[in-house]
Amino acid sequence: MGAELSRHVKRNLVAYIALLPMAIVVIFAYLGTMAWSVRLSFSSSKLLPRYDFVGADQYLTLFDTPRWLTSLGNLAVIAFFFLLICFLLGTLLAIFIDQNVRAESLFRTVFLYPYAMSFVVAGLIWQWILNPDLGIQHTMHGFGFTDFVLDWVVNSEMVLYAVILATVWHGAGLVMALILAGLRGVDTEIWRATRIDGIPAWRVYVSIVLPMLRPMIITSLVLLSISIVKMYDVVVAMTNGGPGTASEVPAKFIMDNLFERANIGLATAASTVMLVTVLLVMAPVIYSQYFRKSGRAS
Amino acid sequence: MMSQAKSANASKRPLTYQEVWGRIGIYTFLGLLALFFLLPLYVMLVTSFKSMDEVRLGLIFSLPQHFSLDAWVKAWTSACTGLDCTGLQVGFGNSVKILVPSVVFSILFGALNGYALSFWKVKGANVLFACLLLGSFVPYQVFIYPLVRFYAQTGIYGSLPAIVITHIIFGMPVMTLLFRNYYSGLPVELFKAARIDGAGFWKIFISIVLPMSVPIAIVAVIMQVTAIWNDFLLGLVFAGRDNLPMTVQLNNIVNTTTGERAYNVNMAATVLTSLVPLTVYLVSGRWFVRGIASGAVKG
Repeated sequence: MGAELSRHVKRNLVAYIALLPMAIVVIFAYLGTMAWSVRLSFSSSKLLPRYDFVGADQYLTLFDTPRWLTSLGNLAVIAFFFLLICFLLGTLLAIFIDQNVRAESLFRTVFLYPYAMSFVVAGLIWQWILNPDLGIQHTMHGFGFTDFVLDWVVNSEMVLYAVILATVWHGAGLVMALILAGLRGVDTEIWRATRIDGIPAWRVYVSIVLPMLRPMIITSLVLLSISIVKMYDVVVAMTNGGPGTASEVPAKFIMDNLFERANIGLATAASTVMLVTVLLVMAPVIYSQYFRKSGRAS
Repeated sequence: MMSQAKSANASKRPLTYQEVWGRIGIYTFLGLLALFFLLPLYVMLVTSFKSMDEVRLGLIFSLPQHFSLDAWVKAWTSACTGLDCTGLQVGFGNSVKILVPSVVFSILFGALNGYALSFWKVKGANVLFACLLLGSFVPYQVFIYPLVRFYAQTGIYGSLPAIVITHIIFGMPVMTLLFRNYYSGLPVELFKAARIDGAGFWKIFISIVLPMSVPIAIVAVIMQVTAIWNDFLLGLVFAGRDNLPMTVQLNNIVNTTTGERAYNVNMAATVLTSLVPLTVYLVSGRWFVRGIASGAVKG
């Protein structure tokens, strides 16, 4: 056994050395930092890390902090509407573009270009358009509609919808692009067969075509979910969490506590909550997406 | 003419009234949404060509009456971040300095990892790869603080190497995945023949595998250039005062203005910041979509 193992290692020695950087990155930059963050969440660290043990104190404080609870609630609302609208809008766009329209590539380019821009840009530009003193509301007042109100970015009841608008503008094209690619792979025989049977087109899409595109739909939703959990830039650029704490999100809560409020214990507790949530949701997805068929080398 | 022929081919008969209305409906829907998607770009462009006197009129949807490039010049050369009035050109330079080594090294590591994973037998490699993929789903906030401490202890915190290394680390999962999937589709016989001829790990990589990697390398460049140029969070935390990338500087210029807001300058600055990824997007066309799709499609 031992001799065989050493022969295997010797034959593939260079490959082991070549994968060393990846091993270092995984072990230290990913796993090590995760463990370090989790460890700090059980300490009383404030401005500097401390390695005492205070049990679940930071977690109790965390879930007693209104700003954190607001952040979680906001993220849930944003994620729900963002994913729903992106999915519906992106799917409709893909289906409409797939109807032999002229200037198809122009439409595709227009619907996907926001995805190439940074979230900072998306946040800034929608802040301007929705700004009551500058954008749509101001223009409508200029036309004489003085009762017209569109003050989402400064109204704490509506500010989340402003964020959703900006993120949907940024992300809907992704769903469109992936589903359109899927639609192009659908067998045209399906259309002939269902036309003969007199089945309306929308039924064919809902019951036959979309279920066939499941991999594309899952891929686009996974990509969008990752971006929404990481969401930080767009909020910082658009509202900076305001008015008040009305548009705070977890990623921003953690950053503020790490770098401005000098509360490392609380910040790492919050990041551990995010870590555990993401792992619980993502582990099965990753397993089924990437490892059902394992790589050739294994 | 081409598209007419194509649509006529689909039905092979004159359109019924219902179908005509259907076409009108399709174009109306797509047209209105296209306007919605283009609106922000339109507002940014028209405002950036206006003078401040015209901006004060508050008609952000109207075309500029007097076409002026002043706002662009000001955004590029003299827009202020706090007391520092050197314009976005500083951020642009920093972004380029961050971008070039980050893109080159993250792609090289991706190719090397992908090659070793799909052609060589390394025990435990697939477990490592699974951890790497899982890591790519975890929010950056989990890693940031320990990395800050680590960089601080090695003395590179807030420097160009720190931000480049960070981009390499966080680009590694998707780059490795991209190349691994691509190499899994190459014929394994090629590899076996080269081994029988006595070629070693590096020889096969450099003279056989790399020359075949051009298409996927283009996809990788498109993905990394857009991702790294658009990054805000990592640049903000790791790059340090002297290397802040363009996105961070843009946000500072726009959101720390004191006194009257120069919307024309701000919007010119926003367009300038988007120019690199927009150009990449417009030039790359379908390759851009391929990049998005391969980032998360099963291997």
